[in-house]
Amino acid sequence: MVIELDKVAYSYGGGELFSDLSLTMAPGSFHFLTGPSGAGKTTLLKLCYGELTATAGQARIFGQDSRTLSRDQVAMVRRRIGVVHQDCQFLDHLSVAENVALPLAVSGRASEAGQNLSDLLAWVGLTGQAAQRPPELSGGERQRAALARAVIMSPDVIIADEPTGNIDWEMSQRLLRLLVELNKMGKTVFVATHDLNLIRAAKSQVSARILRLKDRRLQVAGVDL
Amino acid sequence: MSLQLRHSLSLMTGDKQADRSVPPTGFTAWLTLFTAAAMAFLAVFALALSTATDRLADRWAAELARTSTLRISAPEDQMAAQTAAAIRLLETTPGVAEARPLTDEEQRTLLEPWFGPDLPVETLPIPRLIEIIEEGEGYDPTGLRARLQAEVPGAVLDDHTRWREPLVEAANRLRLLGWVSIALIAASTGAMITLAAQAALSANAQVIRVMRLVGATDEYIASAFVRRFTIRAFNGAFVGVVLGGIGILFLPDTEVAGGFLTGLGFQGGEWIWLLLVPPLAAMVAFLATWAAALRNLREQS
Repeated sequence: MVIELDKVAYSYGGGELFSDLSLTMAPGSFHFLTGPSGAGKTTLLKLCYGELTATAGQARIFGQDSRTLSRDQVAMVRRRIGVVHQDCQFLDHLSVAENVALPLAVSGRASEAGQNLSDLLAWVGLTGQAAQRPPELSGGERQRAALARAVIMSPDVIIADEPTGNIDWEMSQRLLRLLVELNKMGKTVFVATHDLNLIRAAKSQVSARILRLKDRRLQVAGVDL
Repeated sequence: MSLQLRHSLSLMTGDKQADRSVPPTGFTAWLTLFTAAAMAFLAVFALALSTATDRLADRWAAELARTSTLRISAPEDQMAAQTAAAIRLLETTPGVAEARPLTDEEQRTLLEPWFGPDLPVETLPIPRLIEIIEEGEGYDPTGLRARLQAEVPGAVLDDHTRWREPLVEAANRLRLLGWVSIALIAASTGAMITLAAQAALSANAQVIRVMRLVGATDEYIASAFVRRFTIRAFNGAFVGVVLGGIGILFLPDTEVAGGFLTGLGFQGGEWIWLLLVPPLAAMVAFLATWAAALRNLREQS
């Protein structure tokens, strides 16, 4: 398993966000996570890439208990997990190309960018925007740039938090196709979204497990959603 | 080159790629440059003070330790006889290399600071001074005083001890104060750069968050700030040293004006001390920024 949550709970500010939550993700699987706002979807994702640690239970990332990971080990884990946020989180003083290549730079592999970077920018349709700054991009372009940055290290897992939250339906479809392509290349994909239409659209393209976080519990959602 | 050494050097020089990840921040850049320049400027004068007092202490200790003075106070008609007797006695005293009476010209020069030039020394009832230069282990002052009392009753031996020691001690204290000043300057530089680094880290919290998200280690993030502050401190200190060095060069010449204050400065190889100031400032900045960055990064997580 690439990620395993075993009876995990997370409390914040004296209140329990969720508890007794278990989840396993096999290599190459595709998961959607849905649920109402404030249910803890983003927190659950953060537990999966080591930004937070569970207040109870055990979270194992690539077989390692996240509580026992050193700070450097957490950094190494994040190099194997590409993360796409709704607000993208770019360094606005760098160009799009430099932002996309940032994971290579921080891992001392900047020299490997070259053709890979060009191919990746072409894959997400941003070749013409490579020299632009992130604030100059549209919402859809920013999301695609964030996806390119998430996959440039060829990670094992792609985690996307509301990746279509700020973009139109057509662009959402395009982004979904990119995620599906990555999954078909063997990557584990975990997408948190409240966009049920996106999940329905994905059904025809990929075999995805749909999870719903509601009332502090994680449920496997029915096909009717 | 060993891996350890290579790692240390890479920490010192930082990572250009990491440096580029952090946007330039004008305020902390100028604060660091100005602090380093000002502190280096002060360090130049503290160094000048230390080296000057070092020379002074050595000179006083060396010159005064090997000489002493015999003062003969006698009626004018006995002055020549007592002086001759004292010279004879000194010439037979073990440990005395040379004994000679000061000339009227030399006595006039000694009194000139108080009485001005053209003092008629020969007409004034002032004591005759005999300069004694020692050799080997020196003479026995107790024995010499006893013999002088018996043979030259108007002679008073001054072996310089009573005023040489306080002078040398004062010079040593001044030298110590100079070094303490340099240490305080280094500590102040470190404190200022720590504050500037913390301000830069706080201002770049979002940048740090993004770098962490994509897998940057604390060491990598810190190196971006360390490289920047180290270079700024070196450049600022270089400017400060140049300005301080020019200031020292324009101090009045020792030979012309005389005195301790005009001797403040560097001689010969002592100028090399100035070359050490920018690298030391860079080292202080490196350590201060590194410590501040790692502490800040731990607190932010």
